[in-house]
Amino acid sequence: MRLPELDLILADVNRIILGKERPIRLSLACLLARGHLLIEDLPGVGKTTLAHVLARVLGLNFQRIQFTSDMLPADIIGVSIFDRESGTFHFHPGPIFTQVVLADEINRATPKAQSALLEAMEERQVTAEGKTRALPEPFFVIATQNPTHQIGTFPLPESQLDRFLLRIELGYPDAAAERELLAGADRHQMVAGLGPRIAPQRLIELQEQVRAVHASSALIEYVQALAAHTRTAPRWQAGLSPRACLALLAVARAWALLDGRDHVLPEDIQAVLPGVIGHRLKPADDTARTDVEAVAAALIEAVPLP
Amino acid sequence: MARTSRPVSRRQAWWLLASVVAASAPLTQQIPLWLALAAASAFGWRALLTWQHWRLPPRWLRAILVIAGTVGVFMEYRTILGRTPGIALLVVFLALKLLELRAARDAVVTALLCYFMVLGQFLFTQTIPTAMLAALTVLITTAALLAASDDRPQPQQQLRRAALLLLQALPFMLLLFLLFPRVQGPLWGIPQDRFSAVSGLSDTMAPGSIAQLSQSDAIAFRVKFEGAVPPQSQLYWRGPVMPAFDGRSWRVVQTVGAYPAVPYSGSGTPIDYEVTLEPHGKFWLFALEMPATLPPESALTSDYQPVARQPVRNRMRYTQRAWPEAIAGRNEAPDLLRGALSLPKNGNPRIRTVSEGWRAQHGEDSAAILAAAENFFNQQLLIYTLNPPLLGADMVDEFLFDSKRGFCEHFAAAFVFALRAAGVPARVVAGYQGGEINPVDGFLEVRQYDAHAWAEVWIAGRGWLRIDPTAISAPSRINNNLAAAVPANEELPFLARADMAWLKELRYRLDAVTNGWNQWVLGYNPQRQRDLLASLGLKEPDWRSMTAVLSVLCGVVMLGLTAWILRNRLRVDPVLAAWRRFTDRLARRGIVWQAWEGPLAFAERAARQAPNHAGSITAIAALYARLRYAPDPQPGELIEFKAKIAAFQP
Repeated sequence: MRLPELDLILADVNRIILGKERPIRLSLACLLARGHLLIEDLPGVGKTTLAHVLARVLGLNFQRIQFTSDMLPADIIGVSIFDRESGTFHFHPGPIFTQVVLADEINRATPKAQSALLEAMEERQVTAEGKTRALPEPFFVIATQNPTHQIGTFPLPESQLDRFLLRIELGYPDAAAERELLAGADRHQMVAGLGPRIAPQRLIELQEQVRAVHASSALIEYVQALAAHTRTAPRWQAGLSPRACLALLAVARAWALLDGRDHVLPEDIQAVLPGVIGHRLKPADDTARTDVEAVAAALIEAVPLP
Repeated sequence: MARTSRPVSRRQAWWLLASVVAASAPLTQQIPLWLALAAASAFGWRALLTWQHWRLPPRWLRAILVIAGTVGVFMEYRTILGRTPGIALLVVFLALKLLELRAARDAVVTALLCYFMVLGQFLFTQTIPTAMLAALTVLITTAALLAASDDRPQPQQQLRRAALLLLQALPFMLLLFLLFPRVQGPLWGIPQDRFSAVSGLSDTMAPGSIAQLSQSDAIAFRVKFEGAVPPQSQLYWRGPVMPAFDGRSWRVVQTVGAYPAVPYSGSGTPIDYEVTLEPHGKFWLFALEMPATLPPESALTSDYQPVARQPVRNRMRYTQRAWPEAIAGRNEAPDLLRGALSLPKNGNPRIRTVSEGWRAQHGEDSAAILAAAENFFNQQLLIYTLNPPLLGADMVDEFLFDSKRGFCEHFAAAFVFALRAAGVPARVVAGYQGGEINPVDGFLEVRQYDAHAWAEVWIAGRGWLRIDPTAISAPSRINNNLAAAVPANEELPFLARADMAWLKELRYRLDAVTNGWNQWVLGYNPQRQRDLLASLGLKEPDWRSMTAVLSVLCGVVMLGLTAWILRNRLRVDPVLAAWRRFTDRLARRGIVWQAWEGPLAFAERAARQAPNHAGSITAIAALYARLRYAPDPQPGELIEFKAKIAAFQP
């Protein structure tokens, strides 16, 4: 029961962003699991393009917020302005009132501005001037973050990081992909030429379908065994929380659906594990900046399938 | 030694505090009050330190406390050696050890000391409650020891782990208890002071001394009969024989070890039984009249009373045989008969007159005099009571002619006096009469209130005859029990009463449990061990064969426990079992399934490594993934899966 529309979407994105099949698939899985995505990487590797393309092919409207250190919550949420003619305050919605938000360089903003966005992500609604306004459906935030060791950044605390279902890194393209990129057509024009592959209503249906993907008791035991290992092994400061386990299952369900299955396999868990634990597990040895993929592989190999 | 110098956490300190309190609390009765209070305040101090995160007392203060405690114990007992001073000193050290509880090493030392203190409790008492308390202390201490290595689990969890550990050790404990070679007698001397308060028959009998015993329902001894229980009226348990009379009290004349074996021959059906005698601090051993055999390490006095070589200070068990109709002393020594006729010169003129009347009437015919005496006692209408009035100087006269109320010792003393005055040798025999079968375990329980006194009369040519003057006046005492014989309004010990059946039942059960404990735990001696081994087919075992049996059985238990644990592991569902067969077959081809590897990922790798089997590998893995992870797999899929694996030959 492979879903052809999902394959078409992936093909479109892969045509624009070259050599990044896995991160792209993960981003789509994150969206299907109704989560928000955090991309952590250097400027110029295609973060913005990815967000843009995803919005385009899914037929969603798109806004970009460039975070800066002088940004205020009103710059995100919107502001009420007094209308002289009608004599009342009139709410001007901010850039967050859209279906796909690209929050660029989120760690350049102050914690106050960051929290305005993160609250909207969590609640899927915005409260301004005492009035609660629902955000559109589907609502998907792609935040990008510069590596935290760069200067002029306010790193997100762990509790805020947890709001992102998945964290991925794009990384440099390999030589072949880069050559194709350099020799190929202008990416902006290519993006502009893309049309939506599915209707927003269908996307919501797909999100529902993800929730119905079956996770057998053997699989849930596996998730528990992974979490238990992180909780007892001395390698990490603290183990995976129950919320992290839920996140792991949710993304794995979406991953299974992308593979055309109605049930989750251990392979799905293992495939999405680096993206789920990368921003949630803190190594006990803080100084070591280890590769997330290697850490996840070590965890996988330490826990036998139940 | 990084591990042993690890500091003791607060939780570990609480655990150790709990086990130290549990280990020392039962000893508070044994140690002086000042020491109990000092130890309690040391515990309180330590609890306060732990609670408030305060620092431990400095080294010099602890040194002073150690010296003060040791000196205190020395002043109390004038020694620091021996059982009670040793235990007192241990309490001092244990209390102070808590105050220097710093590193994991101290925690282990404290826990081990607690175990030793548990042993200390058994130096004082060995009852079931003591054992239960000790088991509880061992549980807490084991939990504390577990906490010393890992203090993260919650208390209930810690206790559960400790209980599981102890449960696993239980079979080994039982094996060691049953089969470890035993030494005769207890390992340590049983304290003398234990018997100061024990009640029981004494070697003198004055009016009121047996009536006093009738207020106690403590067990004197228990009896297990081989065959049927003889009728109540035959259950005369012979105790101290008292031929000497000084006008007020009757006394034993010590003639220990006159006969090394029974000097009379038996008649009638012998009765075999086993007595478990409670310690009473005296030499005599009770036996059903007349004893036919002697317990080991004992002899018969010239009064035909079995006595032990040592005072009975431990509960002892002996098998016995009785000849109920045997007659002793047909050819009695003249000295002894003279002793059985001696009376004070003066006193009790009225009964002397009556006796002399019998003598004048019947002359040397002792049997006729005996009959006259029995007749006389019957006519006096004497009343059997627990509360006889106090008697003056001529107590036999006052009892027989004035008050006419008495307990068994009055009857026996008066009867013997009357016969002696008439020139017939007679003596008082003390002991127990009757007993009650415990319906729970079938043991006959003889209690202190069954204490009794009767008379023995010597008749030429016939020997010593047992005459129970109490039976003449109150036959129900002998045929039934105490409650049937005394007036209804008199105070009886609880168990002697006829009413309150359910409480009695409860008490019977408790007695049966205590008896089982005494018989099988405390009384498990080399003899019992030999019997047990013989029933296992091991005759005359030496330590070598016992060690062999012990190690074999320990091995069996070990295997049993292992099998029990493995059984839980090996219970796999058919899907996993088939998958394991499949991966085993591939492993033989060098394609090893990693335990963490997902089925499809493994199939992909295996198919690459064994391309000519790629089709079946992929199909089997897909089926496995469906069976294990998909919602409601079809039953046909399992059959197909198994069939595919059966056919799979890489």
